Amino acid sequence: MPLPRLIPCLDVAHGRVVKGISFVQLRDVGDPVELAAFYSEGGADELVFLDITATPEERVTMTSVVQRVADVVEIPFTVGGGVRSVDDASRIIESGADRVSLNSAALADPSLLSAIADRFGSQAVVISIDSADGVVYTHGARVATTIATIPWAVEACERGAGEILLTSIRHDGQRRGFDLELTVAVRDAVNVPVIASGGAGSAQDVADALRVTDGALVASIVHENPSGLGGLRREIEALGVALRPLKEGHE
Amino acid sequence: MKPVVVVDYGAGNTRSVCAALTHLQRESLLTNDPKAIREAEYVVLPGVGAARSAMERLNETGASSALRKRFREGGSTLGICLGMQLAMERSDEGGGVKGLGILEGDVTLLRAGRVPRLGWSIVEPWGEAYYFAHSYAVNSPRAVASADGVTAAVRHKSFLGVQFHPEKSGSAGLDFLDQCLSLA
Repeated sequence: MPLPRLIPCLDVAHGRVVKGISFVQLRDVGDPVELAAFYSEGGADELVFLDITATPEERVTMTSVVQRVADVVEIPFTVGGGVRSVDDASRIIESGADRVSLNSAALADPSLLSAIADRFGSQAVVISIDSADGVVYTHGARVATTIATIPWAVEACERGAGEILLTSIRHDGQRRGFDLELTVAVRDAVNVPVIASGGAGSAQDVADALRVTDGALVASIVHENPSGLGGLRREIEALGVALRPLKEGHE
Repeated sequence: MKPVVVVDYGAGNTRSVCAALTHLQRESLLTNDPKAIREAEYVVLPGVGAARSAMERLNETGASSALRKRFREGGSTLGICLGMQLAMERSDEGGGVKGLGILEGDVTLLRAGRVPRLGWSIVEPWGEAYYFAHSYAVNSPRAVASADGVTAAVRHKSFLGVQFHPEKSGSAGLDFLDQCLSLA
């Protein structure tokens, strides 16, 4: 099994990083490219970018962000938000992203997952699932559906998703730990990697998630102190979870 | 220094390979021109996408025979991920695909662990962690390195193939690419 992954998530709107990046050493805290390079050098195993506006007008902006990230960052990254067609996925992957992540669009048309996987391979397709009370939510976790989380996770994989980004809505932003019960339930139901999301408040929380699944998404815990990423890695390792060894020159 | 030729077969992420070469202050040329491929000092056969369409594209453009000729003439080539898998004799992917046949061996679906296999693994005997993203793996007598029991690298004469993505493996990956280029 590959080593568990620590994955900072950057929310992007109008080409800018939004949501509480507190940091003084960057020239421009809102530049996704500069922040991505910083996290990459600090020891992130990969990155996720979510275009939270995801309007058609934003496509050009996001494509340019993806290209600039690919030109300076040599770790894998996923781009989500606004992927509604094979063309959208092509544009993002050809701009240098490793994977695209789909959420509402895949629920509306599950065949989109197979269409993208056929073209780029299932390793390039992430199904993002926002879950609460056993059902899937859409539209930025605002709208509940009647679709049960586990069967949807299984179907999405059968249709070609090669990874699950699983957000527990009730845990998100609470910083009291990941939803391990949900994570384990989904992990046991599928054979693709599962990334836990929502709830990271401490190294202990991340270590607990990485003991049961393939990766953990982190947001505010790193954005509050981006230069503390290396320290967070060391704390996680001190708790007995082996992460990838970093080359000299990191940190 | 002559540019490094990156073989363009219309699939996926060639931008990252070119970006990594730029980091190493090497010029890159993205092309499917058989003459350029045959005569280059160094060729990278990158790899993201599906084996069948990739192979069809390489055959249509004449890049396949250029790569084989290049190999016979001792030209250095690095195959990355699908680029390494395409160099084998055959692949089970897409209902069975005939490869370039540069190396003995075949490509089969991963059976152990989660598939696709995504993430960083330590490659032995090199002792360094690199990034992997694949569902199929190589079985070959030419294997020279492995990770989690999966073939991580093959070498035969002037062809080196790696299953991992050096262009996505941070500073370890850049160092690896740099070494490949300087040894060529």
